[in-house]
Amino acid sequence: MTSVGAVVRDPGSSIKNKTGSWRTFKPTLDKEKCIDCGNCILFCPEGCITKDYDIDYDYCKGCGICAEECPVKAIKMERE
Amino acid sequence: MIKVMSANGAISEAVKMCKPKVIPVFPITPQTTISEYLAKFVADGVLDAEYIRVESEHSAISAAVGASGAGVRTFTATSSQGLALMHEILFVAAGMRTPIVLGNANRALSAPLSIWNDQQDSISERDTGWMQFFAENAQEALDFVIQAYKISEDHQVLLPSMVCVDGYILTHTVEPVDIPRQEDVDEFLPPYEPISFLDPKNPMSLGTFTDPDYYMEARYDMQTAMDGAKDVIRRVNKEFEEVFGRKHGLVESYKTEDAEIILVAMGSICGTIKTVVDYLREKGEKVGLLRVISFRPFPQEDIYQAVKGARRIAVLDKNISLGIGGVLFNEIKAKMDVNASGFILGLGGREISPDHIIEIIEKTRNPTETNKINWIGLKEEE
Repeated sequence: MTSVGAVVRDPGSSIKNKTGSWRTFKPTLDKEKCIDCGNCILFCPEGCITKDYDIDYDYCKGCGICAEECPVKAIKMERE
Repeated sequence: MIKVMSANGAISEAVKMCKPKVIPVFPITPQTTISEYLAKFVADGVLDAEYIRVESEHSAISAAVGASGAGVRTFTATSSQGLALMHEILFVAAGMRTPIVLGNANRALSAPLSIWNDQQDSISERDTGWMQFFAENAQEALDFVIQAYKISEDHQVLLPSMVCVDGYILTHTVEPVDIPRQEDVDEFLPPYEPISFLDPKNPMSLGTFTDPDYYMEARYDMQTAMDGAKDVIRRVNKEFEEVFGRKHGLVESYKTEDAEIILVAMGSICGTIKTVVDYLREKGEKVGLLRVISFRPFPQEDIYQAVKGARRIAVLDKNISLGIGGVLFNEIKAKMDVNASGFILGLGGREISPDHIIEIIEKTRNPTETNKINWIGLKEEE
């Protein structure tokens, strides 16, 4: 055991847990269709979409909220 | 200094001298006077603590966990339904290794609703990772609270403790109690030194989510700590005796050495049993009492050493695990090879008289069926 009572003494260590492995459906963003509205960035609960509309697949759990909120259907959810 | 007081008064006096910094308490019969005495100590300025008037027992124990996580000594107290409402957080307190001390006024659980004594409430919390110490009288209630802090806060243990006193029988009857001097308590019980606590200068996370890579080891560590607690309890008992002159142990053996029949029980009923043992000894009957003080950690070695020479033993339970019988009886049967009979008595405040104890001894001497659940004082329809 690392410490008594499972205390985590290293702040910020939750990033070691790459939650992208939980994903069943993978979002892909078509930058040609994208109108740069920023909805997906704002709605992503994990903060996984950058200002350049790149998706961080290390932590994207595939919830599909980005695809749901995209007004021009630029994000497709596909089974991995 | 000798003062006449109830076990609730004695617990409160002990808490005052142990100087907890945070006391979240929700009143419940028959614990209520503990919450009142402690509120008065804080209001009068004789106890420098944050007294939190919480909205439930779930909140009381949650606030205690939070305060303990901030690195200070804490105390709370409850009974029966209140302890049951704490159930979820009792596991959290133990798992986060917070050395909280809790005073429990043992009372029956609903339904049917009862405010009277049995030991079902704390017995039902046996798997939570809390240590449980059952007092026989008000003096022990005071002594056990002071020792419980030292045991719980030992860095080899770091598990919370429950000091259990029988509702009404101890909480609302008065007897002389030797109140120690504050300087002696200070000498015996040093300030609490946490090994990890919430500190902005040294940030860390307590009570986090764990994935399957970590959980089992955390539970293993708790079992190791619980096992090791027995030696810590023995050491603390010895240190206590050196300072205060009163001797305690994981168990108490009363006239067991040459006894043919030994009764095994916990709490205030042991006072009645000792009287009966004395009475029968005068008539030449070889009977004795083995009192279990520490129910968790379970002192099976000490129990076995004390009862192994007896022809038969009787285990008295003021609780029942429905579908199997008395918990203490079944734990003793599981841990040692003894000829034991189990008795259920005193549920929901049912009176236990010396005649009932004599009846138990007779039934143990000539048992009909050893696996039978024997009910004492039950009104059976003809």
